[in-house]
Amino acid sequence: MLAEWGQVLLALAIAVAALQAFFGLAGAQRGRVAWMVTARRAALAQGAVLATAFAVLIALFLRSDFSVALVAQNSSTLTPWFYQVTAAWGNHEGSMLMWAVALAGWSAAVAWRSQALTEAMRARVVGVLGLVSFGFLLFLTLTSNPFSRLVPAPEQGRDLNPLLQDPGMIIHPPLLYMGYVGTAVTFAFAIAALLSGRMDAAWSRWARPWALTAWLFLTLGIMVGSWWAYYELGWGGWWFWDPVENASFIPWLVMTAFIHSIIVTEKRGAFRAWTVLLAIAAFSLSLLGTFLVRSGVITSVHAFASDPSRGLFILGLLAVTVGVSLALFAWRAPMLAGGGAFGWFSREATLLVNNVLMSAAALAVLLGTVYPLLMDALGLGKLSVGEPYFVAVFVPLMTPAVFFMAISPFLRWKQDDWRRLSKRLVLDFVVTASAALALLAAADHVTLRAWLGLWLTLWVTWGSARLLWERLQNRAEGQSISERLSRIPGSWWGMWLAHLGVGVFIMGATLLGAFEARLDVKMAPGQVAELAGYRFHFQGVEEKTGPNYTAMRGTIVVTTADGNPVAVLHPEKRNYHFSAMPMTEAAIDTTWRRDIYVSLGDPVNESEWVVMLFYKPMVLFLWLGPLLMAVGGAVAALDRRYRRQRAHLAVPAGAVGVRV
Amino acid sequence: MRWKYVVPLVVFLGLVVLFAVGFRLNPREIPSPLIGKTAPHFTLPRFAEPAVTVTPAAWAGKPYLLNVWATWCVSCRQEHPMLMRLKQEGVRIIGFNYKEIRGDAGLDARKLSPEAEAQLAWQRIGAWLKTGGDPYADLVVDLTGRAAIDYGVYGTPETFFIDAKGVIRYKHIGPITPEVWQDQLRAKWLALQEGS
Amino acid sequence: MRRCVQSLLAVLRRYAAGRLRVDATLGWLLIAIAFSAVAPSWAAAPAAEQRAQPLHDPELERRALALGHRLRCVVCQNQSIAESNAELAHDLMNQVRAMLQAGKSEQEIVDFLVARYGEFVLFEPPFDARTLLLWVGPFALAALGLFGLWSGLRRRQQQSGVGATLDEAAKAQADALLAGDSPSKTETRVAKESS
Repeated sequence: MLAEWGQVLLALAIAVAALQAFFGLAGAQRGRVAWMVTARRAALAQGAVLATAFAVLIALFLRSDFSVALVAQNSSTLTPWFYQVTAAWGNHEGSMLMWAVALAGWSAAVAWRSQALTEAMRARVVGVLGLVSFGFLLFLTLTSNPFSRLVPAPEQGRDLNPLLQDPGMIIHPPLLYMGYVGTAVTFAFAIAALLSGRMDAAWSRWARPWALTAWLFLTLGIMVGSWWAYYELGWGGWWFWDPVENASFIPWLVMTAFIHSIIVTEKRGAFRAWTVLLAIAAFSLSLLGTFLVRSGVITSVHAFASDPSRGLFILGLLAVTVGVSLALFAWRAPMLAGGGAFGWFSREATLLVNNVLMSAAALAVLLGTVYPLLMDALGLGKLSVGEPYFVAVFVPLMTPAVFFMAISPFLRWKQDDWRRLSKRLVLDFVVTASAALALLAAADHVTLRAWLGLWLTLWVTWGSARLLWERLQNRAEGQSISERLSRIPGSWWGMWLAHLGVGVFIMGATLLGAFEARLDVKMAPGQVAELAGYRFHFQGVEEKTGPNYTAMRGTIVVTTADGNPVAVLHPEKRNYHFSAMPMTEAAIDTTWRRDIYVSLGDPVNESEWVVMLFYKPMVLFLWLGPLLMAVGGAVAALDRRYRRQRAHLAVPAGAVGVRV
Repeated sequence: MRWKYVVPLVVFLGLVVLFAVGFRLNPREIPSPLIGKTAPHFTLPRFAEPAVTVTPAAWAGKPYLLNVWATWCVSCRQEHPMLMRLKQEGVRIIGFNYKEIRGDAGLDARKLSPEAEAQLAWQRIGAWLKTGGDPYADLVVDLTGRAAIDYGVYGTPETFFIDAKGVIRYKHIGPITPEVWQDQLRAKWLALQEGS
Repeated sequence: MRRCVQSLLAVLRRYAAGRLRVDATLGWLLIAIAFSAVAPSWAAAPAAEQRAQPLHDPELERRALALGHRLRCVVCQNQSIAESNAELAHDLMNQVRAMLQAGKSEQEIVDFLVARYGEFVLFEPPFDARTLLLWVGPFALAALGLFGLWSGLRRRQQQSGVGATLDEAAKAQADALLAGDSPSKTETRVAKESS
């Protein structure tokens, strides 16, 4: 019965989404406040309906109701309860439902929170979101129904894919989907601007917190995904330029460009068409990502079951949504031309240069991802495009971008004099470049790549420190430091934290790449191996039983070269009951400076095993960097200046027949 | 200058077309670089006479299909009846057994000595041919898979279309089904025969 | 070692799509490790016997791994042959090791594999007429974008006069105004704005 309620709720949601779309868009077009209010209420209702539907799905998993096909395929009675919950979104249908729920959640948030917006703008945004919801829910019910029954119901389910039975699976998809779907909100804002023909500074101020929130979720989602791959896959790699990873990275790059371009639009009213295009592109690319994973058109480690009919539907959805938006853009964007000018050496200029570079980087990653398909389609053979390409293209494009990122906050708006800063910049460059060289020479590892990364890190960190210093120096007479600090607006702190986060990340990536070490070795109990100044004492392997698996559990005592104990690690090789493939669980000892990473290979004979030992310096900074970026995004989004507008601009709800 | 606003739409539509075309392609299929080249040399034991080794020169003069298979391969089991049918139609099929023991996920080949491995392989192949019939004009056994690497084998079943001069003309990846034979492969086989 | 994710998902995919595909994706790691020349049964095996695991020579092993990381696993397709657990990946890694031990260079080994499996095994796409767009495209786009930015900005500046430098007279006027004199009738634009 419960599953049927789920179906009913889905059908209800479709109807509500349709109403939301109609009343929102038509209401704004005709200036009917009653309709616009209805649209808002519909958005809230949809949020409630879909949240309930999702709760129903989770309940079905928790009850191990194997008459529901999805539960039978992805869960079992032996699966721990928290993975039973995770299994709800560890598959195509469930994750699509989560997508829809996230979208409804964002729509409800916009409907509820944006009192500062004019009624018409809010109605349009909610209306566009309703349209997208409608399309998605149709896709869900017609091709990927999570509640479909399996007759006859099996006794036992097939269990969740062992790779997904992991804490990473609990948080990575929800975070990522919140980010992906969040791009729909900025998309809706952009469409609303095109429809109404109005895009003033107020629009930018309204759209910005939403963009920042979506961006920060996307940042966290990608970071957690990378972290999960790192410890889960047993090889310590953290980014593979896999098509699906790229599919999440491209919208991230575009959203980053957007949150910077919107600043210029807000300040100067310039390049509005470009900002709108970025907003449309971010959402389109996130839809594209959804398509790529589920269509079978591109192979990927992440790919779900590839069903051509599903793929075709998503492609259709993609084609309609993005095609109509871009057609609207082509038609209405010329109206958004104009705006103020600014000098060559100004903050706006550097912001836009960064925009160009980041957009080019996004397109580069997209190009590399679809190029094999292009070659195949043109009959030019089967090529593969892997890491060497992406690194060769991405690094040269992003290096100048990071360079400008550190300088830009020092520049004045509209027009600055390069002579004012040139001496100091040259000095900073010489100092940071030589410091990087010196540090690397001391560590006996001077390569171009390492130097570039380390220099950029120092450049960014030094720039950030100096920026904060100058900000504090500029305080008024008699104002204490803490007073000054508290007066600095959230958006500045956000920028400062996020930029620092970039530097931290680059440091992690560079130092890890330059100094990591690995040793594969056959070990018998009692044997000792040495790596990077540590000694690894292999104590043997014993059997262990888990809830839905049996495992061989190794014990490795790690000490320093002098014999001081560092850690006891237990890597495992698990055999899940319902899966043919053995799973490796690596054991990791983490400190600020390094990870020691150990995983079991295969048994050589009764007692000897191949053991893989890794020394990974500065790994924590790989995650700390994006975390800082996300915190920065949150701080900026919560800037009170965005919320203060409320009192001045709200249109009284009772006003009837207002033409907006 | 208005036209620049249409560019994103045009680029996007191009992408859509590309993806639509992509549905008809299989991204996992790797075309063989050996097409048009002489079938690589190998020296492998013959199933019927294990003491005798065979090279591809033994089959030159007439075209043939080189069918790479193993008993642990589920698709091969499905392909087997079709191969029997092809034999009846007069298609010359040479069998190439690939990693009969080492490729089987259910066996631990490390426990076996080479002699034991060979013995088990012959046993399994024999049973297979007895149950389903023997569609092969000749059958060689590649226990290690080393010779298969020279042919660019990456999965089973795979079938090479080799002409009378010993040149590979086509490689079919996956099982030969009646539909695939009817629609594509039969024409290729006939083309091979015409050439000879 | 990283699991062969692709194998697992290929199984799922097959099940879901109801179609059976190439079977070798179910291959396991079965390669035994011969580490003692003492065992007579192993010694009887031919030299190309794929039962060896990591090479004894650490430098050769390092080169083997480095090369293995550059080659795509044709079965798993999104892992290198050094990372993948597919049967074929192990076979090919051992082939690489054997060839290194025989004194072949990295380029010879790469050519060997490309001759058999095609360009697909290379992670780095070649640079030829087909991939011109791929390699040059991003930089061309960046250059195009910067040019567009430049020309758009120049147009804007010409229209509004921003960026024009003040001549001596105008500068003197600006200084006077800033010093507190009464504004003159002619407007003087001051190009200064604080952040």
